[in-house]
Amino acid sequence: MTTLSQTGNGPFEPQPAPAAALAPTRPFYWSVRRELFEYRSIYLAPLAIGGVVLLGFLFVLVRLPRTLQTAMAMEPLAHRHAVAQPFDVAASLIMMAAFIVSIFYSLDCLYGERRDRSILFWKSLPVSDLTTVLAKACVLLLVLQVLSFAITLVVETIMLLLSSAVVAGSGFSVADYWNRLELYQTLWGLAYHLVTVHMLWYAPLYCWLLLVSAWSRRTPFLWAVLPPFAVVIFEKIAFHTSYFLNFLIYRFSGGQEATGTANANMLDPDMHMTPGPFLLTSGLWLGLVFAAVFLLVAARLRRQRSPL
Amino acid sequence: MPCIEARSLRKAFGTTVALDGVDLRVEEGRILGLIGPNGAGKTTALNAILGLIPYEGQLRVLGRDPWIERERLMCDVSFIADVAVLPRWIRVSEAIDYVAGVHPRFDRAKAEAFLGRTTIQRSSKVRELSKGMVAQLHLALVMAIDARLLVLDEPTLGLDILYRKQFYDSLLNDYYDRTRTIIVTTHQVEEIQHVITDLMFIDRGRIVFGCNMEEFELRYAEVTVKPDRLAAARALKPMHERQVLGRSILLFDQADRQQLAALGEVRTPSIADLFVAVIGNQSGAPQAGNVPRQFEGVTR
Repeated sequence: MTTLSQTGNGPFEPQPAPAAALAPTRPFYWSVRRELFEYRSIYLAPLAIGGVVLLGFLFVLVRLPRTLQTAMAMEPLAHRHAVAQPFDVAASLIMMAAFIVSIFYSLDCLYGERRDRSILFWKSLPVSDLTTVLAKACVLLLVLQVLSFAITLVVETIMLLLSSAVVAGSGFSVADYWNRLELYQTLWGLAYHLVTVHMLWYAPLYCWLLLVSAWSRRTPFLWAVLPPFAVVIFEKIAFHTSYFLNFLIYRFSGGQEATGTANANMLDPDMHMTPGPFLLTSGLWLGLVFAAVFLLVAARLRRQRSPL
Repeated sequence: MPCIEARSLRKAFGTTVALDGVDLRVEEGRILGLIGPNGAGKTTALNAILGLIPYEGQLRVLGRDPWIERERLMCDVSFIADVAVLPRWIRVSEAIDYVAGVHPRFDRAKAEAFLGRTTIQRSSKVRELSKGMVAQLHLALVMAIDARLLVLDEPTLGLDILYRKQFYDSLLNDYYDRTRTIIVTTHQVEEIQHVITDLMFIDRGRIVFGCNMEEFELRYAEVTVKPDRLAAARALKPMHERQVLGRSILLFDQADRQQLAALGEVRTPSIADLFVAVIGNQSGAPQAGNVPRQFEGVTR
């Protein structure tokens, strides 16, 4: 094995190598930064949707006095729904944008660097394959979710200020409006949903896509989608059962059962946020184990795969 | 400690043998030119050295096993795989930031100074730069890294002659300090003749020739033989003979210079000529037992 203290021979005395020691987290930090350099859509897409939402909200503002008028006659829940709906829609749309971005990002990130041969540049630097793969997973599971929340927070704050001005200007009580709106409920529900579903429950899904991205030589999208589809069809024809299909459905939507958001608008203030049962779901932990295995395999594949 | 030491290095892709038992030893402070025809195994050998592919046999680069320790090895090794591997979407400033962020031995000031001598804008994306500028940028990044081994695989492919000249000038004047080791592969053989200190030919996965450049100049001589001395020249067993504009040019290995001078005009051959002689003899009809003498002490 190598040590830094080689036996010196003649003019080739080993240099003392006073490498300014980098913190071990620095390559990781910069690996995440470079993902944001490369995939600007990670923040541009949710921002753009946020902008569109704000634009659309201007039309809501025009109708707001009339909406409030009719809402006065409603029962509290319906009233809340009437005033808070644009806020719920805004949060859902931004989250949806982030979700779509993460699907495309996860399928492209380990495939694209091989396709354009830039992997040879990345590999010429002292960053391990595992660090790289973990950075990409971090973008999916953390950066995108935090960004989606932060953008929603900013957009909804602007919406709140604008609507409050309209409310006050048309003679209604701003305090009452805020009370009805229960915006913190929307945001709290969003945060809960992002952490439980997108960060934890979907982790194996994202990591599976990363693995496919590291593995496939072409069309990672097809490789990600067709094999599960083929399994479903095969099972249906051969055994007349749908276990795999049910499993997929459970993976995609079942998270909501576990998180207590089933059969309810995920941002509904009355939904049950019960992390206890969720944390006890075997599906959660099994999923996380699979996610970890997928990441390790993806890192291994990245080490072995050559440029396309 | 040698910079690179390989023993019976082997690599097969399916049934294709890319490296067929390569023995290689490169001392520190050398500039090695690794020359070979297409598909000879040059890039495979370099990829093994850089820890990009697994291999059979023994390989140590700066005392490390590249496949196992690529990440740590890359603190001491830089490489330019070919001109087009810088990601096209990256901005010049982002590339500098990133390398500065992940590489413990990157000197940002050096990179900036080198770029300052070019017309490259910090805000440009790589896709907006010309091929020559991309090569300059990559070289700026690599030269600012205080590495002990620099590997260049076809670094000037597709560049015009000005950029190519500039590339090697920068490398020799601003980077090479006699303690660093450089390995370069290229098809533009004539351009590195005065750059390299050591020469190696690789063909069909084997090192078929190797010597240092002083040896090269002492051993090999090329003679444009006067027509009437042709028979006498051939009697001295040239390793290769070619016709140029009706004149015979013969390549000799370790022949007596005075004897040669009597035959015609004598000069040091170009690497390309020796390459054709060695590789041509290999693949074509063997010429009178000259070939084996070439390889004494070089292979295996």
